[in-house]
Amino acid sequence: MKFLPIFLLLLPIGLSAQQVDEAFRKQLQNQLILAEPGDTIDIPAGTFLLGSSLSLDEKKDVVIRGAGMDQSILSFRKQQDGAEGLRITNSSNITVMDLTVQDAAGDCIKAMNTDGISFVRVRTEWTGKPDKNNGSYGLYPVSCQRVLIDGCEAIGASDAGIYVGQSHLVVVKNSKAYHNVAGIEIENTTMADVFDCEAYDNTGGILVFDLPDLPKAKGGNVRVFRNHVHNNNYRNFAPKGNIVGTVPPGTGVLILATDGVEVFDNRIHNNITVGAGVISYYMTETPIQDKDYDPYPNAIYLHDNDFARKATRPTLKNKIGLLLLTKFGKNVPDILYDGIPDPASLDANGEFLADQTICIRNNGSATFANLDAANDFQGLSQDLTPHDCTRSALNPTELGMGNP
Amino acid sequence: MKPSLLKYFVVLLLAGFLLGMSRPASQSDQQPLPRLSAYGFFEGPLAAQRPAKGVVPYDLRSPLFTDYASKLRFVVVPEGKQVRYHGQEVLDFPAGTTIIKTFFYPHDARKPEKGRRLLETRLLIREESGWKALSYHWNEEQTDAVLELAGASTEVRWTDESGKKWKFQYLMPNVNQCKGCHSWDGAMRPIGPSARQLNGSLQQGGPTQLRQWADAGFLHGLPEDHAAIPTIAKWDQPETGSLDARARAWLDINCGHCHNPHGPASTSGLFLDIHQTDPAVIGVNKPPVAAGRGSGNLDYDIVPGHPDKSILYYRVNSADPGIMMPEVGRVLIHEEAVDLIRAWIQEMEG
Repeated sequence: MKFLPIFLLLLPIGLSAQQVDEAFRKQLQNQLILAEPGDTIDIPAGTFLLGSSLSLDEKKDVVIRGAGMDQSILSFRKQQDGAEGLRITNSSNITVMDLTVQDAAGDCIKAMNTDGISFVRVRTEWTGKPDKNNGSYGLYPVSCQRVLIDGCEAIGASDAGIYVGQSHLVVVKNSKAYHNVAGIEIENTTMADVFDCEAYDNTGGILVFDLPDLPKAKGGNVRVFRNHVHNNNYRNFAPKGNIVGTVPPGTGVLILATDGVEVFDNRIHNNITVGAGVISYYMTETPIQDKDYDPYPNAIYLHDNDFARKATRPTLKNKIGLLLLTKFGKNVPDILYDGIPDPASLDANGEFLADQTICIRNNGSATFANLDAANDFQGLSQDLTPHDCTRSALNPTELGMGNP
Repeated sequence: MKPSLLKYFVVLLLAGFLLGMSRPASQSDQQPLPRLSAYGFFEGPLAAQRPAKGVVPYDLRSPLFTDYASKLRFVVVPEGKQVRYHGQEVLDFPAGTTIIKTFFYPHDARKPEKGRRLLETRLLIREESGWKALSYHWNEEQTDAVLELAGASTEVRWTDESGKKWKFQYLMPNVNQCKGCHSWDGAMRPIGPSARQLNGSLQQGGPTQLRQWADAGFLHGLPEDHAAIPTIAKWDQPETGSLDARARAWLDINCGHCHNPHGPASTSGLFLDIHQTDPAVIGVNKPPVAAGRGSGNLDYDIVPGHPDKSILYYRVNSADPGIMMPEVGRVLIHEEAVDLIRAWIQEMEG
């Protein structure tokens, strides 16, 4: 009995930690609504529990600034309303910096139809063990122009930690992604540079995808360089129906259907199934209805990467993994090409037209396989000669905006 | 924050002038008034919602679902100005127009005499530069409603027609969330008042609202031939349309404002406005794009004949904010509409 009073004293503290801070949300949301060009909205240090989405719309030259990634934490663990943590729309020159957005019901931070969006030292995460009930995307700019993601961290997304979709002019650098299904994904996006990033402990490290049925149909001119892509062997916890659900655990870099991709100077280590893959949309075994869609990757250049892989079995949770195990045992090739070429990219002799080549060169001792998936894997070949060529370097992406 | 507080004082002064006028002033690019009463839209006690002269009540054939809230709708078009008719999209309202929508619940729908609780009144104001949305939250005493930009939630209790007692947190959106739905190519605009939605009469057997507006002189360009004016089924009234027509009507008003080539969901490639005819575009055998856990472990938006394999059905049948569609504007599931969508997909041929 004598412990009871102490227990009663502690109870209110325990409860208040569970309650959303509605006064804080209202004040911050008011600031976001009333922000004028040139304003900086400061978020103090502390963990703030929010019950509904924050949003910024039709603003220009606004900075949302926390006291540091580990200091200012916006938690949406108790979210009742809205699908995102923070939503930024129809704006220009917006910077989000030095804060963490946690445990949103849907995406942590979504930016849409915005020209000039910078995320600097921002962390998005779902706390706890990676789970299919986590939200889809951590940092999610879509239909944006001039996107900068610098010094960010993305953790625990059930789709992609850093996901740039249907955008133009994108730089992702100095950032880290782990415990996501896809670490960093660039999708239907033109002019994008991903460099000096670390992607590890995801299902797939860095993905460059072009998908059908989207308003911005084609990506291209995507450069992936100087990244450290390692140990992306996490189980695939994406809810079914999502395209990343088809990514085999153990994938380092994967190019799917995008034309014009250059992958160089990366360290791609200990991804057990595919170090780097170049595949068509057919490998997803999803029917294509979009008549204008180009499912083939063309004009690809993989060079000067450092591949390393311990002798170990590929994933057994995926058809490709099982196929690789049957053919190669523990010594799975570092670089895979599905061997389903675009008929329009070949000349009369079945050779790639000069501007459509898939070139793989100077990747140290990396091993290669063409799966010949077009012929039910019958002609599987490890001969790299057809891909022993060079391509001219792609243009770097200039955002034309200063670092904040 | 401080400069805008100052603006409110100026606005309060302005409100005094407006109150003295018989006809509500047209809202042209002025600061929002802090209280609903200041606009002069209503005569008598504000909660009675008796429209003042020039404030025209209207109704839609298939309205948007908002947690079973009842809605009162009014429009004020500035004197001497005209709304321009449009066959497909919402009508073109002139600068100075205000669209007024009041959300309420009866205490007991079986006993209207017990009264009702007004929760919020939303204004869509057409300025020279475009539409602006404002939300006024009603006070406990039901004497006035106060401008609130940042949104709020409040507990609602009411009893519906069947005697079922409801209790839930009703959410009032912040002004940015308004645009989550009210958006066309990134700019704010109304959703409801299209020709097809207004093509019905307020009283049984009376002229259509469109005809009334045209006869009153503030609607320009209404086709003389009634058959040339589009209409839309009432989703819950089988005599107004086939199962397909009613399901599409519900999807049009509840989903089509976002899921159209000009709406915030344009990036999904799934378009649910009434004008779409391509089965793939309305989701038939279409894989999702960025659904995340909203996919419910399912592969396609609609699998004909199989509602339980259809993401669209899964998402309208959820109240989880990370899964449900529409993603704002409700905390409850629209059970009757879910049944309609289920039957629609069930009967669809593959």
